[in-house]
Amino acid sequence: MSEYVEHSADNQGEHHDEHPGYGTFIRVWVALLILTGCLVGASHLGQTYAVWGLLTLTPLKAGLVFYYFMHLRYEGPLFKVVVLVTLGTLLIFFALLFSDVAFR
Amino acid sequence: MSTHASTAQPSYLVDTGERKGLMAWLTTTDHKRIGLLYLYSMVTFFFVGVGIGFVMRLVQLTTFQKLITAQTYNALFTVHGVIMIFLFVVPGLPAIFGNFFLPILIGAKDVSFPRLNLASWYFFIVGAILAVLSLFTGGGAPDTGWTFYAPFSLKTGTNVSLAVFAAFVLGFSSMLTGINFITTIHRLRAPGMKWFRMPLMCWALYSTAWIQLLATPIVAITLVLVILERFFGIGIFDPAKGGDPLLYQHLFWIYSHPAVYIMILPAMGAITEIIPTFAKRPVFGYKAIAFSSMSIAAVGSLVWAHHMFTSGMSNVAQMVFSLLTMVVAVPSAIKVFNWVSTLYKGSIDFQPPLLFALTFIFLFCIGGLTGVMQGALAVNVHIHDTYFIVGHFHYVMFGGTGMALFAALLYWFPKMWGKMYSKKMIYAAWFPMFIGFNMLYFGMMILGVMGMPRRYYVHLPQFHTMHVVATVGSWFLVLGLLMFFGTLLYAIFKGKKAEDNPWGGVTLEWTIPSPPPLENFEEIPTVTHGPYHFEQKEAK
Repeated sequence: MSEYVEHSADNQGEHHDEHPGYGTFIRVWVALLILTGCLVGASHLGQTYAVWGLLTLTPLKAGLVFYYFMHLRYEGPLFKVVVLVTLGTLLIFFALLFSDVAFR
Repeated sequence: MSTHASTAQPSYLVDTGERKGLMAWLTTTDHKRIGLLYLYSMVTFFFVGVGIGFVMRLVQLTTFQKLITAQTYNALFTVHGVIMIFLFVVPGLPAIFGNFFLPILIGAKDVSFPRLNLASWYFFIVGAILAVLSLFTGGGAPDTGWTFYAPFSLKTGTNVSLAVFAAFVLGFSSMLTGINFITTIHRLRAPGMKWFRMPLMCWALYSTAWIQLLATPIVAITLVLVILERFFGIGIFDPAKGGDPLLYQHLFWIYSHPAVYIMILPAMGAITEIIPTFAKRPVFGYKAIAFSSMSIAAVGSLVWAHHMFTSGMSNVAQMVFSLLTMVVAVPSAIKVFNWVSTLYKGSIDFQPPLLFALTFIFLFCIGGLTGVMQGALAVNVHIHDTYFIVGHFHYVMFGGTGMALFAALLYWFPKMWGKMYSKKMIYAAWFPMFIGFNMLYFGMMILGVMGMPRRYYVHLPQFHTMHVVATVGSWFLVLGLLMFFGTLLYAIFKGKKAEDNPWGGVTLEWTIPSPPPLENFEEIPTVTHGPYHFEQKEAK
């Protein structure tokens, strides 16, 4: 079967075998802790701050996890595009949901 | 394109491994055998669903009820929906014909992950067993309808938790199949099989696979939340605890409306294979059909809340989703126009698969156009939750997916089993099926416009005549179905040997023996042109 995979017309998505050092992981982890602290702080300032904090900082945290812990940074452009398309789809779902929730 | 009609390999139906008989089938990783495992199990579930539907129609023969209790009626329409949706039409064409023909159509020996493919079937069977168990255990068969709407599904004493868990497990089968098909299409196409040289069935399966992969997890998580809410009262959907029941409907339909396209897109793909073969000319607008499949998958994922126009959601959302619903009709219409244009001035060879394909187009157009009607807000409010919806839905799902599945079965039957059925018996079966279908479901649509609500155990006298018409229609329909499947079953055992290419098809499956050899191709073919190359065939 392998010979036949080589013949495949679409051989995209090669894996890049680079790995960041522990220092990077620890710095990202500290950044995540700081952002979590900011979120907890925002929740004490009132509902508006809590909601906006969640809407802005949580995607940032998720982005850091994707980028470093899930190795997105070290992948080829195809993977990045696929993830962006997925996030874009999610944003469209949210926007359509808000067309209900925000105007009830 | 190289052809290899003769091969030294044995047929896939011959046991060549260590295991023989039933064990050889239950442990097979051959995509064709797995396709047949799905077919046999799904047809079984289909007839259970038909039987339940038949009883529900009998119940409506009188204006007062004695046949079964109201609670049993609630259970019957729930179970009918769960079986037909989750065990028949959702897995339907992708699991049967996708498994059997996708690798062959792209010139491959199997799918990318054969073992995962078998695992998908086992997930399907385990989910089905759990669904059946839910009828007889706990508080008895669920009475929520197949949509499991909160907050009723959180409060009812019936066995909703197990039924919902069964749907959760079935979702895994769907997702794994989706992953397998996407990977297979990306990685295993034969040399020269470029994207726009793939048969359009592959495009339909590809777009379906993306919906299976992206939308199914949403309903899986939603169903888990229902279970958590029932056991631990976490308050996500229950308004008494600050939850939002409309959130359940949103999350449910974010999957379940695209699921309608999981059901219909492969059906459209099969029809797109059948029509050029019997018109003996290339399909009209190849790229338009390919892109319309992808557009349906994309836009169809954004229209879910048209199921909720009377639920109390905001007016802004109603208008947004009404508009988007109109938009999704465009790519569907593109396909219909292209099919008709393919037939125009073709050398029509009228055979049973074409008859069922044309039946599909006719019934699907009625289903589709009544769907556009419901996309209009004002009309929707009037006919929401009436028999009109039930009639419309069956036109699309049974008249559409069901008839396309029958057409595909007739088209590929000689290839799958190497046998030919009695064409006369199929024509004979079509007649009561078509008459009965329209009496039953058009009758339902008339009832809906008259004001008959769906899921009611009894009906008022003014609805009685049409209920009788619909019930008599169901008898014709069931008669046609029994004749249809009886004919095919007989042909599997006693049918005449079929030719390798009885219809004069030009896609890759018609270049190999019937039934196909174990690894499909003696050697992987090199593809040099598009899939519907009838001119070259005529020149030869």
